[in-house]
Amino acid sequence: MTVTVLQFGGSNCDRDAVRALEHLGIDAERRWHADGLPAETDGIVIPGGFSYGDYLRAGAMAARAPVMEEVRAAAADGTPVLGVCNGAQIGAESGLVAGAFTTNESARFQCEPVHLRVERADTPWTAAYDEGDVIEVPIAHGEGRFEIDAAASEALEADDRILFRYCDADGAVTDAANPNGSTGNVAGILGERETTAVLMPHPERATLPDVAASTDGEGILRAFA
Amino acid sequence: MTAYTATVTVRLKRGVLDPEAETTQRALERLGFELEDLRSADRFEIDLEADDADAAAERAGEMAERLLANPTIHDYEVTVADR
Repeated sequence: MTVTVLQFGGSNCDRDAVRALEHLGIDAERRWHADGLPAETDGIVIPGGFSYGDYLRAGAMAARAPVMEEVRAAAADGTPVLGVCNGAQIGAESGLVAGAFTTNESARFQCEPVHLRVERADTPWTAAYDEGDVIEVPIAHGEGRFEIDAAASEALEADDRILFRYCDADGAVTDAANPNGSTGNVAGILGERETTAVLMPHPERATLPDVAASTDGEGILRAFA
Repeated sequence: MTAYTATVTVRLKRGVLDPEAETTQRALERLGFELEDLRSADRFEIDLEADDADAAAERAGEMAERLLANPTIHDYEVTVADR
């Protein structure tokens, strides 16, 4: 198993993702986007950062890079694809998932630990958890507010494609526990296939015991094991 | 071919929260201005050559569809002027 961690100009969580995956015994290598995907890859991480300086909208430029055609094709074939933070914004901009991630309700960049409630435990990303589990993972974003039109939101709920919601320490999904004003407290969602997921919080920053306050995020990365 | 400037204005759909506009409004109010509401928009001025104004508008509209606007949160409008 080798996981491809894509690098765009301005990606800055690519090394962290590789470190976290290797800590879990999963081979991972960084790949410059213009080189395209390797001939064989067992998984793809679109990491966090500020690709193209967040010009136009966070993720807008990277989403239109040619490599994303390859990523969409791989996702359609069932290759596991995970977008984290800027990778989630790129995923939404490129149509890997529904909706959009836009300016936080606070209009501020927010870097803080948050609690997430696991909405589904029957996906590769959440097999390590039980439904209703509360995990602690950090966020670090200025444009993480999940926006989606009413019809698409209903479809997302009806199809059970919401993976994580922001919640309090007891698992209650409240406005107070919503750090950025996301519709439905949504923090992470699935794409067309359950092997595609994006989330704004950083599981790779909650994996290495030496540096992380919590290692609750490692279960998400174990989808690649 | 005629030279045109196509102007694409991209704005948030009505009802989509605009924290940047709210922050700007509060800053104006702190400066002592009286205002009821404030909306912001992005404006792109695109110089191009096309057979006619309709063709210029069509190309600029496609640019909005494919990159300049995100249909989940944005509306856009295109105007074309001779250059």
